[in-house]
Order: sequence, then structure tokens, then C-alpha cells
Amino acid sequence: MADSTGGDGHDPGRRDFLYVAAGGLGVVGAAGFVWPLVDAMNPSQDVLALSSIEVDLSGIEVGQSITVSWRGKPVFVRHRTAAEISEAEAVPMSDLPDPESDEARVEKPEWLILVGVCTHLGCVPLGQQGEFDGWFCPCHGSHYDTSGRIRKGPAPLNLPVPDYVFLDDNNIKIG
Amino acid sequence: MSGESSFQTNNAIVKWIEYRLPIFSFVNDAVVVYPTPKNLNYWWNMGSLAGIMLVVQIVTGIILAMHYTPHADLAFASTEHIMRDVNYGWLLRYMHANGASMFFIVVYIHILRGLYYGSYKAPREILWWMGIIIFILMMATAFMGYVLPWGQMSFWGATVITNLFSAVPIVGEGIVTWLWGGFSVDQPTLNRFYSLHYLLPFVIFAVVFVHLWALHHRKSNNPLGIDIKGPQDTIPFHPYYTAKDLYGMGVFGTIFAIVLFFAPNYMGHPDNYIPANPLVTPAHIVPEWYFLPFYAILRAIPDKLFGVVAMFGSLLILFVLPWLDTSKVRSARFRPVYKMLFWAFFIDCLVLGYIGGKPPEGIFIVGGRLATALYFAFFLVLPFIGWFERPKKLPESIATAVLESSGGSSGGAPDGAAAKSEDRG
Repeated sequence: MADSTGGDGHDPGRRDFLYVAAGGLGVVGAAGFVWPLVDAMNPSQDVLALSSIEVDLSGIEVGQSITVSWRGKPVFVRHRTAAEISEAEAVPMSDLPDPESDEARVEKPEWLILVGVCTHLGCVPLGQQGEFDGWFCPCHGSHYDTSGRIRKGPAPLNLPVPDYVFLDDNNIKIG
Repeated sequence: MSGESSFQTNNAIVKWIEYRLPIFSFVNDAVVVYPTPKNLNYWWNMGSLAGIMLVVQIVTGIILAMHYTPHADLAFASTEHIMRDVNYGWLLRYMHANGASMFFIVVYIHILRGLYYGSYKAPREILWWMGIIIFILMMATAFMGYVLPWGQMSFWGATVITNLFSAVPIVGEGIVTWLWGGFSVDQPTLNRFYSLHYLLPFVIFAVVFVHLWALHHRKSNNPLGIDIKGPQDTIPFHPYYTAKDLYGMGVFGTIFAIVLFFAPNYMGHPDNYIPANPLVTPAHIVPEWYFLPFYAILRAIPDKLFGVVAMFGSLLILFVLPWLDTSKVRSARFRPVYKMLFWAFFIDCLVLGYIGGKPPEGIFIVGGRLATALYFAFFLVLPFIGWFERPKKLPESIATAVLESSGGSSGGAPDGAAAKSEDRG
């Protein structure tokens, strides 16, 4: 096409440039319109604002757990027994599909705080069940240990530990 | 649909409209004189039944939408309000919920019909693709519809299915958050599912139109799987197949009514009459029955990413089926090896469906893996079957086969009548 239109006085290179420039600008414009549509489906500001909670630990005895709701998800707060702590610490790294030491997952060994959402497909695992005395997910059979680490089943990762800080000995802030 | 229409009229109003919008000739060509193979059996009723079910779902859905509230705090209560307070609300909701199941039954038979008689082969590949796209859209629509009552199964089904996308490397978590519009399935999720659940049936409607466009261009396949060679092989759609389709509709409607009035919760789950609770997962969560074979494939693979890939792969592999099947013969009637393979595949799909509804333990894990392997094996051995299989002799034409099987004079009369009406049209 470029060399066949020489006779009518138009510069073919210039015309091609105009086509590409106009088309390119159109694509950029369309993309600029699509992004607001896509981003409008992301979490809105009020959802993002509800992102931290405080939990009082004083009523939780050794061996008890509570479940609190954070960002619409369950968070397990467990007061671990000495047996559970030593069991979690004794596991060699080579046994773990997602290697992580127990120390790295707790601030204080007796308090284990986990997002209670199975890393497979998002069910809530059941506490103190399964082959490793931790959590067991009834949906597709994933087993977690007493540190919330994946040991067996289709889930690829350990139960996540949310960001939290101890405000004092008996209160934590999650998020 | 090609060339000049045979439509004629003396009515002045019809002529006036026809000149401006050729709608009468369009309908005439599409469902009246439309030449259809004269040997279609009852398996060919499923297409029109699926079309009817789409209309039933849209009509009942529109009325339900007038009474339903897409809000996390009100959705469950508004569903119960429909069941208890709205005039005939129970009927409309049960029709809609069971209608989805009936729609899937019809579409599954329709797909199996296509597989058995080789309807996916040239020149109907794009017709086949449109069918798969409709099927995928149906699954998305049904899934989102099941979330709307906001019961326990709604909530946890939505959680598990949206989490499938978290298997995507790197961007997976971002995709899931985007789908949810939050950090878990919640109000924004319910609200957008409602919007999309209302939209998708109309998208399906559009794809159905393209499906029919392709169908009417290359015409229906038939139980013999051989091409139409001339007018002697066809009969006009009306009255022959309008009558046959109406009869099938009566039988289907009776079955639908029996389910609707005597077992409306048979295909549902009691857990969905418990309001959604984000902190407690039901002990045994299963999807609706029509997803079970795919769910079994998902669970068969002990790796998250590959499980999801296998599940989507089991659907997407249908797109390349026309090229995986190397045999030129369409109908399984003339393909002894393929016929056995088809039935093995059919049984395997039932087994997958059964295992998908069972907890993932013991024998069901082994069985699920075996059945999943067999599912994919069907597609992998297909190319080789075409090379060594010796097909039976194909009949010369549809007309000769029909005359032979109906045995002389008794078959001759309707055939003559059909030919005459063809001349007249």
C-alpha cells in the first residue's frame, strides 16, 4: 500500500503515521475508561477502613481458643498448651511443605494467632483435629499442625499469621 | 437462509411490513420451511427444550428479582419472604431453582448427543464452540444464582469457587480480592453476583442466536451422520419437527412438574436453609449436582494449581475435540470402537459425578484419580482410534436409509407426502 499511492500527492508514510497514531490514542483512551470499571470492583474505601481490631486475651485459659472476625474472616486466637508448643518446635524443617519455624510464627509461644482460612480454597478449618493435633479442613482434607503449618493435604501454604502487636500483656491489636 | 426466500403472501399489511422488515420471511425460513433431515430421533429434542428452559429461567427470574433484596443482611430473609408471603412465590422460586437443574439435564443430554453422533465435526466446529461457550456461561450463571439466597451452601460454595482463582501464580490473591470486592465473600460480592446473574442469561441468549445461525447455515446433523444430499433427504421443520418437539416438551414438562411439586428440594442441600455464617464452614460442602464431575476432577489432583488447571482443562479440552477426533465418519452407529469408548466415557462421567458428592477420603480418593485419568484418556486415545478403526459401511443417503429401515410401501407414503410439501414450499 505504501508505494502504490505515490501518484496522488499524499505522503504514504505520513498517512500510515496518522493511522497508527489515531489508533494508538484510541486504544489508550479505551484503556483509560476500562480501568475505572475494573478498579471499581476492588475493595472500596470503607471496606479498607475496617481493617484493625483489638482483642482481650485475659479470659482465654490454657488450651482454649476463641475465634474473632477480622476483615470478614475468622481469626483463631489460641492459648497453646506446653505440649502443643514443644510439639510444634520439635518438627524438623524437612517435614514441612511450607518450611517456617514455630518461633517465626508467634510473638509469645503460648499465644498462636492465625487467620482461620484454609490456604486451599478458603474454608474454615476445625480446631484440635486432624493427624497433627492442630486444624483439619473438612472441605478437601488438609491437615495443619499445632503451629498452623500445613502438613498433609492439598493446601499449599501454612495458615497465615496476621500482623498483630501486643498492646500490653492481655491485649492485642490485629491489623 | 441462503438465497431468495420462498415466502409469499397476498395480505397487504404483511406485504407492507415485509418490505420494510423481512421478519415474516425470516420466521418462515427459520422454523416453517427450514429443511431438516427426515431421520432425526428424539435425542434431537434437547435443543429446543434447552431454549424453552432458558426462557423459563429468564421469565421466573425477572419476577423473583422484583421481590429479592441483594444485601448480606436481607437476602436470606427476602428469599424466605418470597417462599412464604409473595403470591405464588414458592412456585416461582422452586421453578427457578429446579429449572436450573432441568436445564442442565437437557444440556448434558444435548452435549452427549453431539458426542455420540459426531455433531462437532466439520463443518460444525464453530457451532460446537458456541455450544461450549453457552455451557460455560450457564455454569457461571448457575453458580452465581446459587449464591443469592445467602445460605450456608451459598456462602461457602462462593468462597471455594472464587478461591479457585487464588491458584493463579503471583496475581491470584489480587484476582480473588478483586472478585470479592473485599477480603472475604461479603456484601460487595453478593451485590455484584446479583448484577452478573441478571446479565449473563441475556449474554447466553445472544450466543444461542449465533449457535442457531451456524446451525441453520450448515443444517442439523442426523443419526446417520451423513450429509444432506438433496430435497429427498429433508422434510420441512413445520409441521414435522414442531410436532415432534411439542410432544417432547409435553413429556419433559410432566417430569419437570413431578419434580417441582413432589420433590422440590431433592436436588438442593438442607444446609442452604441455614443463613450464611462466615465463621463456620459446614462439615461437608458440595456444589450443586451439575458441577460434581468437575469438582471430583479438582479434588483428584493433590496440588492446588494443577487441580484447578485440570478442572478448567476438562472443560476447555472440548474446544479441540473436532481435531482430536481424526475419523471422517461422524455417527457412532458406524464406529464400533468409538461407540464403546463413548459409553466408557459416559460411565466415567457418572462415576466422577458420584465421587464428587462423596467426602475426599479412602476409596473415593483413589477412585477419583482413576476416573479423572480415564476422563482425559478418552481425549488422548481418540486420535489413534480414527486411524485403526474400520467403520461400517455408510448408507448412500438419508432417503435410502429411511426407506430401507421402514420397509417398502409403509415408508413410501409419508416420504411422498414430505416430498410434495417440499415442492409446494
